[in-house]
Amino acid sequence: MALLEAEDLAVAIGRLSPLDGVSFRVGKGEVLGIVGESGSGKSLTALTVMGLLGLVGGRVTRGAIRFDGTDLVGLDEAAYRRLRGRRIALITQNPMTSLDPLQRVGAQIDQVARLHLGLGPAASRTRSIEILEQLRIPRAAIVHGQYPHQLSGGMKQRIVIAMALAADPDLIIADEPTTALDVTIQAQIIDLMGELVRARGVALVLITHDMGVVAQACDRVLVLYAGRVAESDRVDAIFAAPRHPYTRALIACIPREGMERGSLSGIPGLVPSVADYAAGCRFAPRCPLVEARCRTEAPVARAIGERVVACHVAEAADA
Amino acid sequence: MSRDTALARVLRTPRGGISAAVLLLLVLAAVFAPVISPFGYADQNLPMANGAPSARHWLGTDEFGRDLLSRIIHGARTSLAVGTVSIGISMLSGIVLGATAGYLGGAFDRVVTSIVDLTWSFPEILIALILIAILGPGLQSTAVAIAIGYLAQFTRLTRTQVMSLRGETYVEATIGLGATHAHVLFRHLLPNAITPVIVAGMLATGNAIVLEATLGFFGLGAQPPTPSWGAMMSSGTAQIFIAPWIILFPGVAIAVTVIAINLFGDALIDALDIRSRLRTG
Repeated sequence: MALLEAEDLAVAIGRLSPLDGVSFRVGKGEVLGIVGESGSGKSLTALTVMGLLGLVGGRVTRGAIRFDGTDLVGLDEAAYRRLRGRRIALITQNPMTSLDPLQRVGAQIDQVARLHLGLGPAASRTRSIEILEQLRIPRAAIVHGQYPHQLSGGMKQRIVIAMALAADPDLIIADEPTTALDVTIQAQIIDLMGELVRARGVALVLITHDMGVVAQACDRVLVLYAGRVAESDRVDAIFAAPRHPYTRALIACIPREGMERGSLSGIPGLVPSVADYAAGCRFAPRCPLVEARCRTEAPVARAIGERVVACHVAEAADA
Repeated sequence: MSRDTALARVLRTPRGGISAAVLLLLVLAAVFAPVISPFGYADQNLPMANGAPSARHWLGTDEFGRDLLSRIIHGARTSLAVGTVSIGISMLSGIVLGATAGYLGGAFDRVVTSIVDLTWSFPEILIALILIAILGPGLQSTAVAIAIGYLAQFTRLTRTQVMSLRGETYVEATIGLGATHAHVLFRHLLPNAITPVIVAGMLATGNAIVLEATLGFFGLGAQPPTPSWGAMMSSGTAQIFIAPWIILFPGVAIAVTVIAINLFGDALIDALDIRSRLRTG
C-alpha cells in the first residue's frame, strides 16, 4: 500500500498549466526519484504535495494526492499545517539559504520538535543532538550552538536534513538537496539520506536533475518533461532498458569511467517554456526519433507492468 | 553578528565613543534633573531678570530671572522624552504595519501603502502642524503629531525589508516544516529585517528633537512654565540684543544633542555595515 499516491495531478498558475497529468506513488522505506531538467515541474510537484502552491500563486485543477488514506487536495490550511513537518517534511533546494542566518542552527532544529512533539527545551536539544550524531556530524553538541555562517555547505545541508527529521515524519520530500554541494559531499549526503530512509522506514521523494543520483539512491524513478510524465519504472529496469528517448538522453548525460574526451553528450535544444507548449509531444522538437504524428498528437502515458511510458515511437514498437 | 559586539565596535571609534558619552550625560541630566539643577525651573527672581552668566547663575537668567542652566537641564527631560516616546510609538506602529503589509501583500498592502505614501508626500512639520491644529497644543499632541509624521518612514523601510526577505528559501523551509505565518513573521523575518529600522529610528530621534523644538518655538509644544528648549529660544528672541544667552544656550543644547545622536547613528551604521547591506540586499 503506497503511503503517498498522486493521480493525474494538474496544476495551474494563472492561465498556464505547468503540471499536467502527473501520477506517481511511493511507499514506506522507498525512495522515488523525480527527474527532469529545469522547468519540467519537479519543484512544483514538491510544492503541490506540501500544499504550498499558494507561495507561487498556483492551484490544483485536477487529480488527487492521497497521503495515508486522506486526500490532500482541498485539505484546509490548519490541517495541512499539522501535517507539514510532523508527517511530511520538506527539504528545500539550497542549503546555503535554507537556514535563518540569525538563529543558532540547534535552535532551528529544536523548534520543529517543540512545535510538533511538544517537547521542552532540554528534551528537544537532546533529541536534536542525537539526530545530528546520526547524521555523522562530529562534535554535534558544539555544532548545535553554532550559527549557519560558521558551517560548511555540506554541514548546512545536514542541518536542514536534521530539521526535516526532527519530528519523525513519514514522508520526506527533498527538492534537489545536493545541487549546491561539491560532488564528493553530494555522494555522501545522498548515501546518508538513503540509509536513514531505509533505517527509519520513511518514504522519500528525491527531486533531482541528475540521473547519476537516481542510480545511486532511488528505488523507482519518474521522468518528467515539460510538466508531463515521460517514463517511470523501477530504477534498475529503467537503466536496463529506457524506452522514452528523453530518458535515454538523460542516461547518456551521466559521465562514465573510460569515456573518450569530449564524448559526453548533452541534449540539444531547450525545455519549452510553459507559455508556449505546442500540441503533440512536448519533447518532439528535441527528439532524435521524431515522427510526423509526434508533432500533432500528444502521446498518452501507457502502463505495461510497472513501466509507464508516454511515447508514440515506443508504442509503435509494442504493437 | 550579535548586537553587543556591534555596540562595542561603535564605542571603540572616537566619534561613537564621544557621542555615546554626551548622550549618556544628557540622559543622566534628564533623569536626575531635580537633584542636580541648582534652582527650580520655575523659580522666578525678577530683580535678577536677564542676568548675564555669573558664578551664581552659570548660564545667566531669563526675562523672569529664572536660572537658565536649571531650565536647560529640565528641558532635556522634555526634549528626550518627546523625542524617544514619539519615535518609539512611530517605530512600533511602523514595524507592525510595514511587516504585515510586506508579508501579506495584496489589498491590505495596497491600502497601507497608499495611506502611508499620502503622509510621506508632506514634510513632517506640516503633518505635525495640521495634527496639532486638530488636537490642540501641548506635549502629548506634539508626541502624537511627531509619531504620525515619521510613521511613513518606518512603515516603508520595514515593508521593503520584509518583502525582500519573504522570498528567502528559509521562509519556504520553515513553512514546509509546519510553522505558522505569525511564527515566520515574528521569529524569522522581523529579526532579520529590524537592524536598519533601528538605525533609522536612532537618526529620526535627532530630527524629532528638532521638530519638537520647532513646535515649541511656535508655542505649540510644551506650555509654560514647563521648560522646552524650543520655547526657551522663542522667549529669547525678544531679548536677543540685551541678553543673547537666553536664546544661545538652549540652541547650543539642541545642536549638541542632535549632533551627538546623528554621530552615534552614523557610527552604528558603519559598525553594522548597513550601507553595504542595503546596497547588495
